[in-house]
Amino acid sequence: MEPLRVLVADDEAGMRHSIARALRHFTLRLPVVDDDIGFQVEAVESGEAALERIAAAPPDILLLDHKMGGITGIDVLEQLRDKSLDMLVIMITAFATIETAVRATKCGAFDFIAKPFTPEELKETLRKTASHLLAQRQARMLAEEKRRVRFDFIRVLGHELKAPLGAIENFLYLIRAHQAGPDVAAYDEFVDRCMARAEGMRKLIADLLDLTRIESGQKQRDLAEVHLGDIAQTSVEGMQPAAAQHNISVHLEREGTLLLTGDRGELEIILNNLISNAIKYNRDGGTVHVRLKGESDRILIEVADTGIGLAPEDAARLFHDFVRIKNSATRHVLGSGLGLSIVKKIAQLYDGTVGVESRPGEGSTFRVALPRQHAAT
Amino acid sequence: MAHNILLVDDDVDYLTAMRLQLESAGYHVTAVESVAAAQEAIKEQVPDAAIVDLMIDEPDDGFSMCHFLKKNHPSMPVILVTAVTSETGLDFDASTKEERAWIKADVVLAKPVRFEQLERELSRLGVEA
Repeated sequence: MEPLRVLVADDEAGMRHSIARALRHFTLRLPVVDDDIGFQVEAVESGEAALERIAAAPPDILLLDHKMGGITGIDVLEQLRDKSLDMLVIMITAFATIETAVRATKCGAFDFIAKPFTPEELKETLRKTASHLLAQRQARMLAEEKRRVRFDFIRVLGHELKAPLGAIENFLYLIRAHQAGPDVAAYDEFVDRCMARAEGMRKLIADLLDLTRIESGQKQRDLAEVHLGDIAQTSVEGMQPAAAQHNISVHLEREGTLLLTGDRGELEIILNNLISNAIKYNRDGGTVHVRLKGESDRILIEVADTGIGLAPEDAARLFHDFVRIKNSATRHVLGSGLGLSIVKKIAQLYDGTVGVESRPGEGSTFRVALPRQHAAT
Repeated sequence: MAHNILLVDDDVDYLTAMRLQLESAGYHVTAVESVAAAQEAIKEQVPDAAIVDLMIDEPDDGFSMCHFLKKNHPSMPVILVTAVTSETGLDFDASTKEERAWIKADVVLAKPVRFEQLERELSRLGVEA
């Protein structure tokens, strides 16, 4: 990485030279950075000159003498205090009195070093300072990245909520203006579509709450020995009406012992999402096979459909937030785009894995493998 | 004779509602859900005006669609409709000449589009019902 810029402000020429000499070939290794860190030293001989230099190009570290010809080091600190610079200050004091140290710290100095000091003492102080500076920068970068991800999420969410709302509003305008004339059946159709879109919004909000709960880690997980076969049975029964609408038959096959330590609610979400997708993206008259296989230390959930299938490039991004594969076959399927992302996140809570195998036009098989015991247990 | 309007949007409900409103205002409407279908429709018959959603199959299909239309039919009025607004950082409209130079649309409208507004823009562009 780029060397850290160190500005030395000291009115003694000897001090400026010896600091520059001590740091010329000095490099550091710190756990936060995967590279050698070098130092590039510049020097000025007064507080005024230091302020000027800092205004032009703030260094990473300022080595600041307290007693100089014009304004003092403390004066410099006071002038810099409100500028919130990304810079740490080390005070150089001739008399390491508690009083100066306290004043310097209050004014925002990170550390201080007493004259006279050896090159080793200087290097040790710089090591501490650089390490703090870089850790602080990294934390800020992570926070920024987190904020960006969150912002992206909310942005897409806003869009996903506005679309159904707009559709509903449009239909309401049509109804209010009696746009379809005396044809009552047309209005029934408008109302049905409004209800379908409102239902879509409700599902999106429900998924969003599930996702938030999983990601926040705040919800107390209710871990107990549960029978995955029972959960799948309930889930399959719950999906029968939706399946019947499209004449799809759903089969449940169980093999081996299906006990695992888990949270019933989470496991229901996994099965409901997978089975509901297998129905939504199926063809009329198709089948869904839900297979549960108890292996020695894990349980394999397999949900296979006879639907539209996926292109390999789509399969890779399927488990991300708000990814919905758009094509002529999926255009009329309503979905939040969060279901599989939720499945993946829950599986990860169990130290489990998710995957999909698919042939376009023939169908897809989703697999979730969950260990019988996981780290949180 | 009634003007032909090409309406492109991947939201089938939006498409239905807009088509009905435009038809009852006296326009002839071809409503399609994808870029491919829009291109087919243009091959069949060049419309008198086009109303295109920004996000069709891909998030920015509307831009390329507008570009395609204006390149091949420079005089065709094109309205770009979008739910993408300022919060995305993609804040734009087509009110100045500079903006219209890179957005190949005569008007950019924010969703949800009020029908009265759409009708007003169409007649301003010379496409009366």
